[in-house]
Amino acid sequence: MENKKNSDISIYIVMFIFVALFLAMMGYFAYYVQFSSPDDINNSYNPRQEKLAAKVIRGAILSSDRKPLACTELTPDGREIRRYPYGGIFAHVVGYSTKGRYGIESIANISLLTSNADISERISNEMADQKSIGDNIISTLDIELQKCAYETMGIYKGSIMVAEPKTGRILAMVSSPGFDPGTIDQQWDELNEMTTSPLMNRTTQGLYPPGSTFKMITLLEYFRENKNPEEYSFNCNGRFTAEDVTINCFHGSVHGKLDLKKSFAKSCNSSFANIGYGLKSNAFRSTAKDLLFNEELPIKLSHKMSSFTLEKSSDTEEKLHTAIGQGKTLVTPLHMNLITQAIANKGMLEKPCLIDRIENYKGVVIKQYHTEDEKRLMTSEEADFLTEYMEAVITEGTGSKLMSEDYYVAGKTGSAEYGQVKGDSHSWFTGFARDESGDKCIAVTVLVEGAGTGSDYAVPMAKRIFDCYYR
Amino acid sequence: MNNIIIELSKYFIILCIAFYALNGFIVFRYKTHEDQRGFYVMQNIFMVMIHAAGFAVLVLEGRDVSMVTFYCVTQLVIIAFVILYRVIYPASQPLIVNNMCMLLTISLVILARLSYSKCQKQFVIAAAGMVLALVIPFLMKFSHLVFMHLTWLWALAGVFVLGVVFVLGRATYGSKLSFTLKGITFQPSEAVKLLFVFFVAAMFAKSTTLKQIIITSVFAMAHIGILALSKDLGSALIFFVVYVFMLYVATRKLYWLLAGMILGAVSAVAGYRLFAHVRTRFIAWKDPFSVIDGQGYQITQSLFAIGTGGWFGMGLGQGTPNKIPVVEADFIFSAISEELGCLFGLCIILICISNFLMFLNIAIKQSDLFYRLVALGMAVIYGFQMFLTIGGVTKFIPLTGVTLPLVSYGGTSVLVTIIMFSVIQGIYCDNG
Ligand SMILES: [Zn+2]
Repeated sequence: MENKKNSDISIYIVMFIFVALFLAMMGYFAYYVQFSSPDDINNSYNPRQEKLAAKVIRGAILSSDRKPLACTELTPDGREIRRYPYGGIFAHVVGYSTKGRYGIESIANISLLTSNADISERISNEMADQKSIGDNIISTLDIELQKCAYETMGIYKGSIMVAEPKTGRILAMVSSPGFDPGTIDQQWDELNEMTTSPLMNRTTQGLYPPGSTFKMITLLEYFRENKNPEEYSFNCNGRFTAEDVTINCFHGSVHGKLDLKKSFAKSCNSSFANIGYGLKSNAFRSTAKDLLFNEELPIKLSHKMSSFTLEKSSDTEEKLHTAIGQGKTLVTPLHMNLITQAIANKGMLEKPCLIDRIENYKGVVIKQYHTEDEKRLMTSEEADFLTEYMEAVITEGTGSKLMSEDYYVAGKTGSAEYGQVKGDSHSWFTGFARDESGDKCIAVTVLVEGAGTGSDYAVPMAKRIFDCYYR
Repeated sequence: MNNIIIELSKYFIILCIAFYALNGFIVFRYKTHEDQRGFYVMQNIFMVMIHAAGFAVLVLEGRDVSMVTFYCVTQLVIIAFVILYRVIYPASQPLIVNNMCMLLTISLVILARLSYSKCQKQFVIAAAGMVLALVIPFLMKFSHLVFMHLTWLWALAGVFVLGVVFVLGRATYGSKLSFTLKGITFQPSEAVKLLFVFFVAAMFAKSTTLKQIIITSVFAMAHIGILALSKDLGSALIFFVVYVFMLYVATRKLYWLLAGMILGAVSAVAGYRLFAHVRTRFIAWKDPFSVIDGQGYQITQSLFAIGTGGWFGMGLGQGTPNKIPVVEADFIFSAISEELGCLFGLCIILICISNFLMFLNIAIKQSDLFYRLVALGMAVIYGFQMFLTIGGVTKFIPLTGVTLPLVSYGGTSVLVTIIMFSVIQGIYCDNG
């Protein structure tokens, strides 16, 4: 009996299996609490965020060079006031935290309300019923560029977004009209009633017809279906007609004989309607899906999904209009900027990044965010092809005002007609610039509501941004 | 002043539980009870301090003043139990007594905070369980007689009870079968678990021929099948796992264990393909935030509680654990993590592990195969149930709707677990 017992290892095996399970579970639990939970709990479904505010003084949001964009000050009588030193310049992107939450104030709420100060300090604060000081968010925002974009937009309505394609870092994001987050409590009702929606971040939540900027996507689809773009030619007499549907060139232009590159550079509607007529709707839809149409964008800021409705059963009218960016297609300036970034980065979209790192109030880094590949939107061959064509827009087309000694631009202009009145149009530009070495690269997207043609309004604005950056 | 006490107690309670858990592992290094005695007494002191500090905080926060009386009564009952047990059964295993009382103490503190009325109900049942616990080790002497001779009766009884409940009972929260009698809800599957372990142990103690294994397996499958049909997946899984491990230890043939694992994997895939409620749980586990309005609501609220509490917790009474559905039962661990801290949660896991190891230790020492298998079966039920519930609420594994033994609210569950601990004590006292 004794002997049999000693030779029996079966219970030890049971013990081993279960202890391994328990240890794995404990490891997972500890890892979750330490590393994963901070992201999870910053969720509007979590009813516990208010509880934290009672224990911690909200941390500050800083620019990439550590200047405060939002910070909490104590009044002599002990009240906390949220200050926004730059007034309305960073309004939408930094956001607000008193009337609901918006912008970085919303996506980083838990971090701002979490104190990673020394443990001894936190405990002694709790004992004394004193609040600890929350962590600081160091954003990727660049004060000079943001100011420049804000001033450039001026009194116009619209949006400007600037980002680094190689890292996904967002350097500037402006929406106009705006508001002053410092006085939002007093003006809340008034702002809400205004028909111009000043509280909405047009960059992420404004849905606009893309106009001719969409020809980048039509061109990509053409390239995917036809591998010999040099052979394309078209004779523009100012209009294109197929099955009773007629598409006119903008402002009655007649472009004459065009190859594919000229069609794109001159933004010839007739030629692109012709191209669109020959495209396969199903394949076009899947290309649009590759480019994140009808999908959530990989960013935590609240945003709208762009829509692309063309499908196999669509009629010719929708098909032709879609090809030139009119139709039912709607995009956000953010989305247009992400597509541009992917083209600039050989087809790979980096994860958009608005927060560089989290530090405790003494400047010790708590969490550093790194560049991450988000999704390949197209092959690098396709990106090179689009880049070459977008360069032609500047050198021989509608974006000629962007010729510069200091940088090389590739981009696309657009005038998106909207509403019933003929001639009302949004002015678009989206593109990227590189310096001689190719190291400094930014993607800029400009949208001006109801202003007119892209080359007249959006392009000069983009030029001011590029000049500011490469100065 | 109150604030200082409430804040201090947060760290004090964590320190107490940490030292308690530590002592529970140190004792494994000493051979005799005499050498271990000092550590057990220390454990009792930490236990009393957590009990006292917990209720002190609740009273200072201005909850029901009658909690002072309630605290005194519960404290006295638990201390009396520890002393009586030692007097009646000098040869009993003190770590098991201590851990049982510690987990009951934690349960009382957190339930008093979540729902005072449920806490009082729970205490009445736990007190009744403690009385049983004083008798059961003595009765274990007759277990051989009762189970080895009337083996079939117990198997049929188990299948019968589950079958009756399947027909008559109703599902609460979509899974657990129960029926209500005079305001008290019974969950027969909890009780049948014990009968099942005795039955299987008796069958294999008699013989482990292939014929015997097949007969026993048929009965095991009958139990598991009824539970699976009544959508009580957690219980079905526990029965299955305990059967596979008992079969393996009885035969000492590794291929039974492997066969069981393969069968388990195949059934899991089949269950996923066949049943919508299985897929639902799987989706809620894979990406709960995508279905946060529906099936993912429970688990995301649980994760919010754990994450917001962090390592040190919000402090007892300072969080919002009641936002989690069925927090007193299936999600008690999340409530504890939120308010008492995740360090406290880790210590609970350690205490449960020390119970599990102690049960297996006792199983190893049994030369009698029946006792050996009973102790093993109890250990596996206990350990696996703990794994299912804590793993579930932390999203380590999909939710199965199982309670945390001794800590969760639930009369049947607490009663059955106390009986289980007592059975082990009985085996230990007889043949320690
Ligand atoms: Zn033309």
